[in-house]
Amino acid sequence: MVKHYFKLSLLLIVITCFIAITMPAGASTEPLAAAPVVPQSLMPWWGWPLLLFVVTFVMGIVAVLGGVGGGVLFVPIIGGFFPFHIDFVRGAGLLVALAGALAAGPGLLKKGMADLRLAVPVALIASSCAIVGAMIGLALPAKVVNIALGGTILGIVAIMLMAKKSEYPDVPKPDNLSSALRISGVYYEPSLGENINWQIHRTPQGLATFIIIGVMAGMFGLGAGWANVPVLNLMMGAPLKVSVATSKFLLSITDTSAAWIYVNNGAVLPMMVVPSIIGIMLGSIVGVKILAKTKPAAIRYMVIGLLLFAGLRALLKGLGIWN
Amino acid sequence: MSDKLKATEEQLAYARLLDKGMKLGLLMLVISFAIYVFGIFTPHVPVSDLPAYWSMPVKDYLKATDIHTGWSWVHMVGKGDFLNFIGIAFLAAVTIFCYIRIIPILFRKKDSVYGILAIIEVLVLVLAASGILKSGGH
Repeated sequence: MVKHYFKLSLLLIVITCFIAITMPAGASTEPLAAAPVVPQSLMPWWGWPLLLFVVTFVMGIVAVLGGVGGGVLFVPIIGGFFPFHIDFVRGAGLLVALAGALAAGPGLLKKGMADLRLAVPVALIASSCAIVGAMIGLALPAKVVNIALGGTILGIVAIMLMAKKSEYPDVPKPDNLSSALRISGVYYEPSLGENINWQIHRTPQGLATFIIIGVMAGMFGLGAGWANVPVLNLMMGAPLKVSVATSKFLLSITDTSAAWIYVNNGAVLPMMVVPSIIGIMLGSIVGVKILAKTKPAAIRYMVIGLLLFAGLRALLKGLGIWN
Repeated sequence: MSDKLKATEEQLAYARLLDKGMKLGLLMLVISFAIYVFGIFTPHVPVSDLPAYWSMPVKDYLKATDIHTGWSWVHMVGKGDFLNFIGIAFLAAVTIFCYIRIIPILFRKKDSVYGILAIIEVLVLVLAASGILKSGGH
């Protein structure tokens, strides 16, 4: 049942992207390049980067408490409510997700929670497809990107509401591919005080799903933990902790390939990127401290509400209803 | 706990290099951004003009500011804004270094399949980083 909901949500996302991509490009209402005129604003030039730092700091706290990656919050919220073009927002979003994944990666790998053997084949598919996604994303008009992004965010909300998690999925027998690749492992679970042995199944289906996940990660600069975890955990049967940790580590590889496409195509503004990375990382540190003292269930619903609002905003912006 | 650590040799080698690379990259980013913000090096695009550009599609921004794509930023690292690209590029290259680090370990352990997968991953990431792949723009 859960897998059914997940597939439905993923299908919804793919259909929205397809509709958006196949829309005639001429429908774009983007202004043409003109002589640079500084928009009349009460805000001095440094106001927006400062506000970006404050918002990403709060975002870093909320992301930890809500159990989501910073990238998935960054793109719809900054893209929807800041004056930055969606091209630069996606470039910054990818680098924010990349920096977070790079920072978390060493600890997760050393503890054996993230598994390199599981990550390597998955990462190869996801990172190759993220390049394609990034190139498609940068070639599309902002209007189309916003529609597809809005649909994707609403799909993510559906996944977050419906997808259950399985602490230790039952994998009676590994499939032939995972056996051939020797993808299995053991990690120490402190809450049980024992070593947990794990193996995976449905590897070909899981790897095929990462084609879609990779394209979407590159296209929207979202990071892709929201999709990685259900596929690794529910579809392929990796334990939840291994899935979450391997997903976080995977982002460091997937987002690397997509980030290079954005960097090489000029879609990276340091004035956006650096305050965002610092803000979200400091926020994450504070978030981890708050997490020990709070019940995160309510925060998770707040995050879902926030994403719902930001997703609708992107969709309506793309449709020209709410500019 | 340490005796129960189950990470493999290549996983630990990857983690150690990733840890060092990530810290160095972030440090470079913070220092270069401070140099940029405090105006120690003159930026290519004056910071006060940024609000005129950051709402443009990237194609129009590049045209208006006469910035070229790919690795052309290397020739502009003397400018405050482009100095930041050293740290950004370094962070985006850390994963490539980590993969290169584990390739000999994998082949030494006669894990040829993963060794080949790691080589292909390096090639994919180098292709992405090369600047050969250009988006059509919009």
